[in-house]
Amino acid sequence: MAYTDKVIDHYKNPRNVGSMDKNDPAVGTGVVGAPECGDVMKLQLRINDRTGVIEDAKFKTFGCGSAIASSSLVTEWVKGKTVDEALTIKNTEIVQELSLPPIKIHCSVLAEDAIRAAISDYKKKNS
Amino acid sequence: MRFPIFMDYHSTTPVDPRVLDEMLPFFTEDFGNAASRNHAFGWKAEEAVERGRNRIASLIHSDPKEIVFTSGATESNNLALKGVAEMYAEKGDHIITCVTEHKAILDTCKRLEKLGKRVTYLPVDGFGQIDLNQLMEFITDKTVLISIMYANNEVGTLQKIREIGRIAKEKGVLFHSDATQAVGKIPVDVIDLNVDLMSLSAHKMYGPKGVGALYVRKKNPRVRLVAQMDGGGHERGMRSGTLNVTGIVGFGKACEVAQESMTEEMQRLSHLRDRLKRGIESKLDEVFLNGHPTERLPNNLNISFAYVEGESLLMGLDDVAVSSGSACTSASLEPSYVLKALGVGEDLAHTSIRFGLGRFNTEEEVDYVTDKVITNVNRLRDMSPLYEMAKEGIDLKKVSWQRE
Repeated sequence: MAYTDKVIDHYKNPRNVGSMDKNDPAVGTGVVGAPECGDVMKLQLRINDRTGVIEDAKFKTFGCGSAIASSSLVTEWVKGKTVDEALTIKNTEIVQELSLPPIKIHCSVLAEDAIRAAISDYKKKNS
Repeated sequence: MRFPIFMDYHSTTPVDPRVLDEMLPFFTEDFGNAASRNHAFGWKAEEAVERGRNRIASLIHSDPKEIVFTSGATESNNLALKGVAEMYAEKGDHIITCVTEHKAILDTCKRLEKLGKRVTYLPVDGFGQIDLNQLMEFITDKTVLISIMYANNEVGTLQKIREIGRIAKEKGVLFHSDATQAVGKIPVDVIDLNVDLMSLSAHKMYGPKGVGALYVRKKNPRVRLVAQMDGGGHERGMRSGTLNVTGIVGFGKACEVAQESMTEEMQRLSHLRDRLKRGIESKLDEVFLNGHPTERLPNNLNISFAYVEGESLLMGLDDVAVSSGSACTSASLEPSYVLKALGVGEDLAHTSIRFGLGRFNTEEEVDYVTDKVITNVNRLRDMSPLYEMAKEGIDLKKVSWQRE
């Protein structure tokens, strides 16, 4: 299976790899997937509590190249968006942007789930 | 060094130039049909086929008349299992095999089960070997065949073939072994091993693709088969179809080269394999060997790199050809059933890489691959949430994961 140039680019030069303090109330952390399924994504978002804007995003991913690319891509996409805007990101947009083949669609679903999980964690902390 | 580096010699091998040289005239000049009995073209082809047959027989210490040519090991496995099951249907309906066999055995057994046969799939221990006592317990007076592979294609584990052969002989049950990965790599002697049927493939030992053989014992006992291909009655009626003369010529030459170079090659490859393993282990923690530490093919190394998914590692090794037991590299999205059978957790199965070394690998290539593996594993671990959690002291087994 050949990878698309965009997947290779994100794999070789992943954007926003790293971790934030998960105990920081401004940080929402989402961990989705499972090791025995071969994919685990951790997405962290730093959210401005006044404006609701995502000011920073970091990820770490255990998974195939498409999973790494999907999570790297969403960190780019969510930055600068409000929480509500970020929640409108659909996995199909990730599939389209990276030209993922059918067998890799679950990677994009996981990336979408990671955004929801991170935002839900932030909301729980700040409710 | 030439790139990409090929280190996937269990999947296939290049044709050795000495093999190709011997094959070439049989495409264009000596192109006869080995079954043409009444002209020089046929005689020349038949002579070449018999020379090939002799060389193959010599490598496995059989009689040339015990070699039946096929299109490859998959066909040999099909012929052995289906041919024996059908021929000995009156004696019994039971076959014993094992869970780590190649799909050409397992799927053939599934087919036979649909046709009413009973199949026992023996489990393996953590190294990939079957338990001989368990084998004996499962043999009944209805058992017609035991089929156990010589060397596993993923983890390289060698089964105790000689002991299995002895048990089969004592119990009067026929014994087939899929020796695709073993023949040409390690010494194989069908007399010493008490094997009654054995599958071989040319392209795993520097011969061409599309040709293989089934060894079928002629005496003590004389094994009979029901042919699975009907036609002109070639190969003593066991496999009809015009013989693949060029393929057989190449197969024979490949066997001759293997026989001459085996001792030296086994030493050289196990040295390279151990160098690769040591190199990796000296720079990376939490890497785990899959398979048997000593009873394994000299050219096989199968390693799990904890916290690094296999396909992502393959992607980093972009100028090296190796393979992975990760689900992402299979169409089924299931990780390797072989590793699973060995008790390797699914988490670690996803992180496994199989290195298959071969005749044309060099020490320089091994060192290049070692460095590249280390760099990429470190890079991917820095990117891995699992590695981070493990370093924080979190027990990954106790985390409640959010599954899809």
